[in-house]
Parts: sequence; C-alpha cells; structure tokens
Amino acid sequence: MAEVLIKNGVVYDPLNGVKGEKKDICIRDGKVVAEVKNPKVIDAEGRVVMPGGVDIHSHIAGGKVNSGRLFRPEDGRKGLEAKTKVCRMQSGYSVPNTFAIGYRYAKMGYTFVMEAAMPPLAARHTHEEMVDTPILDNAALPLLDNNWMTMEYVNGGDIDLLAAYVAWIMKATKGFGVKIVNPGGTEMWGWGKNCSLNDTVPTFNVTPAEIIKGLGEANEKLEMPHSIHVHTNMLGHPGNFEITKETYDLVKGVNTVKDRQVMHTTHTQFHSYGGTNWGDFESKADEIAGYINQNDHATIDIGSVILGDTTTMTADGPMEYNLYQITGRKWTNHDVELETGSGITPFLYSGKSPVNTIQWAIGVELALLVEDPWKIALTTDHPNAGPFIGYPILISMLMSKKRRDESSADMHKVIYDKALLPSIDREYSLYEIAIITRGMTAKALGLHEHGKGHLGVGADGDVAIYDMSPEETDAGKIQKAFLNTKYTIKGGQIVVKDGEVVATPDGKTYFVTPECDDKLTDEMMVKLKDKFDRYYSVTLNNYPVQDAYVPNPYEIKTQMRG
Amino acid sequence: MVEVTDVVCSLCGCVCDDITVEVEDNKVTKVKRGACSVGKSKLMGHNRIKSPAIRVNGELKDCSYDEAIKKAAEILAASRRPLLYGWSSTVCEADKVGVELAEELGAVIDNTASVCHGPSVLAIQDVGLPSCTLGEVKNRADVIIYWGANPAEAHANHMKRYSYVSKGFWTEEGKKAKKLVVVDVRATKTTKMADVFLQIEQGKDYLVLSALRAILYGHADVVPDEVGGVSKKDLLETAEMMKGAKFGATFFGMGVTHTGARQNNIVNAIQMTRAAHTHTKFTITPMRGHYNVAGINQVCTWETGFPFAVDLTRGYAWYNPGELSATDLLIRQECDAALVIASDPGAHFPGESIKHLAKVPVIQIDPFPNPTTEFADVVFPAAVSGVEAEGNVYRMDNIPIRLRKLIDSEYPEDEEILKRILDEVRAIKEKESN
Repeated sequence: MAEVLIKNGVVYDPLNGVKGEKKDICIRDGKVVAEVKNPKVIDAEGRVVMPGGVDIHSHIAGGKVNSGRLFRPEDGRKGLEAKTKVCRMQSGYSVPNTFAIGYRYAKMGYTFVMEAAMPPLAARHTHEEMVDTPILDNAALPLLDNNWMTMEYVNGGDIDLLAAYVAWIMKATKGFGVKIVNPGGTEMWGWGKNCSLNDTVPTFNVTPAEIIKGLGEANEKLEMPHSIHVHTNMLGHPGNFEITKETYDLVKGVNTVKDRQVMHTTHTQFHSYGGTNWGDFESKADEIAGYINQNDHATIDIGSVILGDTTTMTADGPMEYNLYQITGRKWTNHDVELETGSGITPFLYSGKSPVNTIQWAIGVELALLVEDPWKIALTTDHPNAGPFIGYPILISMLMSKKRRDESSADMHKVIYDKALLPSIDREYSLYEIAIITRGMTAKALGLHEHGKGHLGVGADGDVAIYDMSPEETDAGKIQKAFLNTKYTIKGGQIVVKDGEVVATPDGKTYFVTPECDDKLTDEMMVKLKDKFDRYYSVTLNNYPVQDAYVPNPYEIKTQMRG
Repeated sequence: MVEVTDVVCSLCGCVCDDITVEVEDNKVTKVKRGACSVGKSKLMGHNRIKSPAIRVNGELKDCSYDEAIKKAAEILAASRRPLLYGWSSTVCEADKVGVELAEELGAVIDNTASVCHGPSVLAIQDVGLPSCTLGEVKNRADVIIYWGANPAEAHANHMKRYSYVSKGFWTEEGKKAKKLVVVDVRATKTTKMADVFLQIEQGKDYLVLSALRAILYGHADVVPDEVGGVSKKDLLETAEMMKGAKFGATFFGMGVTHTGARQNNIVNAIQMTRAAHTHTKFTITPMRGHYNVAGINQVCTWETGFPFAVDLTRGYAWYNPGELSATDLLIRQECDAALVIASDPGAHFPGESIKHLAKVPVIQIDPFPNPTTEFADVVFPAAVSGVEAEGNVYRMDNIPIRLRKLIDSEYPEDEEILKRILDEVRAIKEKESN
C-alpha cells in the first residue's frame, strides 16, 4: 500500500468548503483517505495546497493541434528542451509537442485537461495524441452541432432520436460531452459562407438557435455529466454580445436532474464584444457578466488573452478565414464531411493595438465582474487567446489590482475609454482562484463525482503544493509559484518536485457511455447507416474508435431518461 | 472459408476501407470487391523475405531474430551519426517506437516524405493549406483539378471513391454534373477523361499557376497569349470554370512537387486556391503516395514538433530539411549507419546517396525484398501491416483508420522488432555507462 501524508499545508479545497485551513492530506493507493499508517511524509511547511488543477477547455490533442505544429516550425523551435532521464524531448510554445504539454501542465499543478474539440471522424487521432501526453488525465468533447444527423433530427423535432445519436457518438468516439462550435456556420462554410444565430441553414432548414436548444435537451435526457459546451455564433465580431446573451436564453427552460448548469459557453472573451466595427469596438464584459450574475443556468470560461504570438485554431472554419483575411498570415483549413470543419492561423496579440488591448481587458473583466466564482473558469482557450503556460500571469492579475494597473499602463491608451478593467477594484482570494481552476471546473464537468477537483475522502490523490505562503501579495511571486509547483502529486505519486518533472505516469481517459432504449437506437441506426452507405468516405464498421486507442479507460455510464 | 468485410487496404494514400476478401487456411484466397488491382495484389500476398539474415563476407546468411537484433543494436549503438529512414508503409504504433529509438540514439529520423511531398510540407509551412476530407469532395465538389497527378494509374480508386466519378449528397449525378481539369506534361489515362486537359511544358507549372492566379484575381490583362505551352484562351476558360464551381477541389502529385520550382510550385498552387476562394469554395489536397506517409508526418510532428528531417543529436529536435533529410545526409557522407524500414531508398534515392548508403552498415525491416536488400547488412522480415498486423494509419486527407489483421503471420510486427532493438540498444548503453 503506497501511502502519502502531506502535512503542515494550508489547504484550499472549495468543493469541501475548506478555505485555507491547516490540514493534513492522506493518500493511499492513489486516493484520498481519512488516515494513513506508514506514509511517505511531505512537509508542506505552511505552503498553499490545492487539489490538482482541472482545465475545462484547452486544445491539446488532435488533427488541428497537430496541423498547427506542422505548419509552425518557428513556434516549435521556441520551446526546445532536451530529453532527460525522466522526460522526453520538448518543443513548442503555443503548440507544444505532446510530451511538453503533459510536463508543463503538471508543473503548474494541473492533473486533468479537457480537449475541447474532437471531430468524430478523426477521433482516433485525438486519442492517439492524448495517449502520448504524459501525466495528465484527459477527455475530449466530440463536435456534434454541424453534424447532418443532428440537424436532420432537430429539423424533425426528434429529440429522442437525437439523444440516441448523441449516445452512439459518445460511444463511437469515446467522447465525454457535447461540443457545439458555430452551429450551422461551419456547415455553411462548406460552401464558403457563414451564418448567425437565427439564420436558416439551407438544405437542412434549421437555425443555429434550434440546434443549440435541441442538443441541450438531448444532453439532459442522457443525463450527461457535463452540460452542452458552446462556442457561440459570430465569434470575434464587434457587437456579438447580444447574440451571446440570446444564446443563453435558448436553454433557460431546459431542465436537468444534475446539479450543474445546462449550458457552458467557452472563451467568452471572444463573445463579449460591443461596437459595430473595429473602429468603435468596445468591451461588453459588463453585459455578459450581468446576465450570468442574474441567471443560474449558464456558466462561462473566460478565454483570456496572453500578449504575444500564438496559434489560433478552431472548428469555426469561417472565423479563421476572416482572421487570416485581416492578418494575411498563413492559413490552414480542414472541413470534415457531414460533421464539422477547422481552421488555423497564427496571431499576434499586441499591447500596442487598440483592439487587442480591449480583448486583453475583457477576459479579466469577465472574471472580476461575475460575482459568483462557481460560474466562471480560468482559461485562455489554449492556444487561441494565448498558451496555457500563461495561466499564472492571469492568476496574478486577478489577485492583484496593482499588477493590473501596472500592466494597463503599458497597453494602448484605449484601455481607459473602451474597457472597464481600470475601474474594477476586486481582487481574487486564493480560495476563489482554487474555485475557478479546480472546484468549479470539476463540478461543471461533473467530474467532482469521479474524484476530480477536490480532496475529500475518496477523491483522486491529485494535489498541487505551491511554493508560496497564503499571505503572499506580491504578484510576481504569485505568478512564479503558480508556474512551477513545489510538488505536484498525481494519483498519490510525486510527479513534480521543486519545479522539475520527476515521474511521468500515464493519464486516464474519461469517456461517457450513455445507454438508451434499443428500439430508439435501432431506428436511429437506419438513418445513420444510410449516411455511411451514401455519404461518408469510411464505412460504418471502421468508424468507431477501437479499445486499443484508450489503454487507460475511465468509463462513466449514464442512462437516458424516458 | 471466411468472408471478411470492411478490410482496409495498406497500399496507397487512398486507404480504401470497404474491401471484401475471403480467407481460408490462414491465407487470403480471394479479393471479392473494393480493391484496385495493385491493392488486390498486396492483399493476396507475394514474394517475401524468408528469414532474418546477417551479411557475412558479402553474402546474406540466415540467422535467428535474436542474433539479428543483437547485431542491429550493436551497429546502431556504435554509430556516431545513425539515420533512421522510411516509416511510411508501416503503422503509427511502429513509427512511435521509431521516434523513441531515434531519441535514444541521438539519430536523424527522416521519412519518405522528404523525397515525395516534402516540398508540399515546406509550402504548407509557408502559406498553410486550405483543404478538406475526401468525403467533403465526394459530397460537394463539382470542379475537380488533378495537377501533376495521374490517379487513374497511381491511385486507381481515387476518382471512383472520392472525386470525379463518385456520387454524394449534392453530386448525385456523379461525373455528368462535374468538370474535370487535368494538368500534365503528357497524355495519360487520367487526361483522357478530362473535360479540360492543359498540356503544359515540362517545368512550367509555376508560370501556369501564376497565370491562373492573376486571372482569378482579375488581372487577365497581364497574362500573355501563351503561358508554359497553354493558350490564354484555355487559361481563361479554366479560370471561368473554377469561378463557376460551387465547390472546387485541386489534387496535386509528384509531377508538380519535384519539378521546376518544387516547393514554390506548391506555394503558388495554394495561392491559386486562395485566389479561387475569393469567388467560391476551393480546396487543395496533396495526393500522398504510401498508405501511411501522412501518419509518420503526424506522429513525428506530435512527438518531436516537426514532420520530417529531424536531428535528435542534441537531445532535442532540430529540424532543417535540405540539411537533415536523408539524401542530404548521405550525399555529405555524414551518416555512418542506417536503419531502413518499410521503404526502398535503394531504388528511389539519387545515385550519390545510394553509393554512400551501400558503404555503411544498413539494417532493413520489411516484409518484402527490394533493391535495398541487395546491400543491407542485417535484414528482418516483418508481418505485413493490414494483412497480418493491425494498427493505425492516416489517409492522404489525414483521416485516421485502423488497419485490420486478416491472417496470422510467422513474422513479428514492425513494432515488436523495433522495441526489441530499442531494448537491446538500451542494454548496451547501460553496460557501457557502468
């Protein structure tokens, strides 16, 4: 029995209401237990102790991530590190290789990362890369919104059959939850076009609004651990905040038996824009935060900007085309038959640019203006608004008004007229940081019921010990502490010590297998079989992800409600 | 007799996955449908390397796998500049062990893309690639362009399954409602099917692409009466056809990646696609050759950060095609040992490269004998992936598909051979460090 005792730590465990208490953590055989007999003792010496970080939205594995690596050798060269006795070679900054992703997240105290967009047809690719990503437990969200089966069922109002299809896709892709990205818009991008929330998608005769609502209902029928996970229409367009608010309203009446939101909207920074063009562009973070404050059915992650060069990538094909039209830089696109698409282009967020300055402010404003931290998650939509390695910068900004003021002074002066950040005084506590980086994210994903994001008895023995005292107020020291842990413990094993990776166990892959009525499935399969017979370029039998791709599975079963 | 359906072909980048075969007495006895003639021949099996062997006094002498593995590991561990080359006609599982072996040895790892679509990769690194899956072309495309490619002979099922001849959602009428443009320097089986055949002069691809680009951007006035052997009239007609497409798809092959301006041809072809995109939807896709050449590019990229020509001497990946691709390394007589897997540099490399390769110890892993076997010093017969072994591969449009195992093999899989070599290399290094 491998036992670990972490003593003398100041523990922040929001899901158990532990707010900076001096408390021992006992781990046996990878799980948190009440007591241990003969443990390896780690003396935290008054340092900050939190559950392992849980990232709710990051692009770390799969076709478009790798296309980003492939077409940006200039980014690959930024992060080169030689192999060591423990670690394999590392490369990349905004698009690190799989090994670097595992090591760098672990060094920040993260132990679970959700890959935010998996094209079902290419799911094997996502899994191949997740298997090659050390340390991190992982899961992936299959894209379901521009899918022909989805649109046809939504058009016919067949939510039960839609649920049967969603269930099939989860099993076929070993997926975790329903991802929606520019619903309707990516299908229209198949013809070089785009659409907004209430436009009708030709041929399929549905609106994005109907798709979102339909998938929201199907998701709750299946009692999925996570809600629908939505990248709303018109990402990055000035004035899009109205569409974002309207999107929340769509699922206001959708019921759930789960103790969570019914919609999570992601990288909300990109969807909180005012103005009518880039000239009068302004922050509407207050409008979005106001909505979230007044309603309980939706949560958000911020998708906050990290200044500098990065690689943008999304299933929102038309959006990437627009971005490439603005910058004139290289552009890759990959439309996926019957399902989705993707685009990739490099981007530089510059503090000298008025637009980038306002974008930079909005993400942080959202985090500061949403009153209840249980409704908000820390993300950079890695690598879209910046690489995940920038999280410690964001944490230090949220915790220090002084840091924000100093940073704002270096930005374009537009920040004082068109953004709200300089006027906000709130500072996050460590407890609130623990909420937006592990407690809230685990709960929003439904993973708190599976041992993630907390340190109660029975939880996974995933712990981050940060090299700082709870009283620390120096933003620089906070940033440094959150970049490299004193210890990261994964499943009871020390994986990072003094900021160095010391062990690289394999992570587990979490996936959901919803069961539904056989008759419903049979009826759905008739339609699906026709799609494979006539339109897909692979056969139905070769489509599902084989068990070989998930060597360390963690299955979550659900049952469809009648 | 057992009938096996949904068999996946491990020949070319089409990776057809709807093949039906019959298996009897651990043999594929019949390919009933789905495969082209070349794919069928691979599935049915042919001439194999029979036994592991080590070259002694100029002759390959049969030996055990244990002996061959020991010998191979000794060669690699003693090498100061090993080259690990090939990787395109095997599965990703083997490719991953290959990268790990390269890392352990501090070797240069390169794959067949460097003498194939390497220029396409360089072009993509310059301008990106607006592309799509093959099913997207099947369902939507009404204008198909093959440039420097002859699918009727080289990717025999490509047009039938995915492009000109196939029928899909918006293309129910098949080729009747589509236009086929073929650009080549000579008439081929493919050009015979074309609505428009632009017969260009050898090496003039760049000029013709530039002319089409100019027309698509509205600058027809600067285009002379004839470009690269093609009349302005034909160019204008082709550009009109592209502009009028609902969905256009360009596929390009070796005829344009390795002639004239090489990677700049591809940059220009991609820029032409972007130009067409200002009028309508247009995509462009390389016609990848080997069934998993796309896969080794994928694996090498997610593990090292770079797709080919990767030097791991420093412990981290250093990417510099032109310096570190296999042929360059060999021409400079830099490498002092090589492992060649699932490929045949003996037949495909320039003479000067082969001359050096023949001088250094060469380890070969392959199910089939080929010209490289003639000078290989240690030879490992392996199971045929897709017939005797399963594993992941990436189709030319980067869609991952799992090869099926149809029959048992007396030979080990590539992955197993590589793992054993890696273990043995580690054991030797461990001994040396003690």
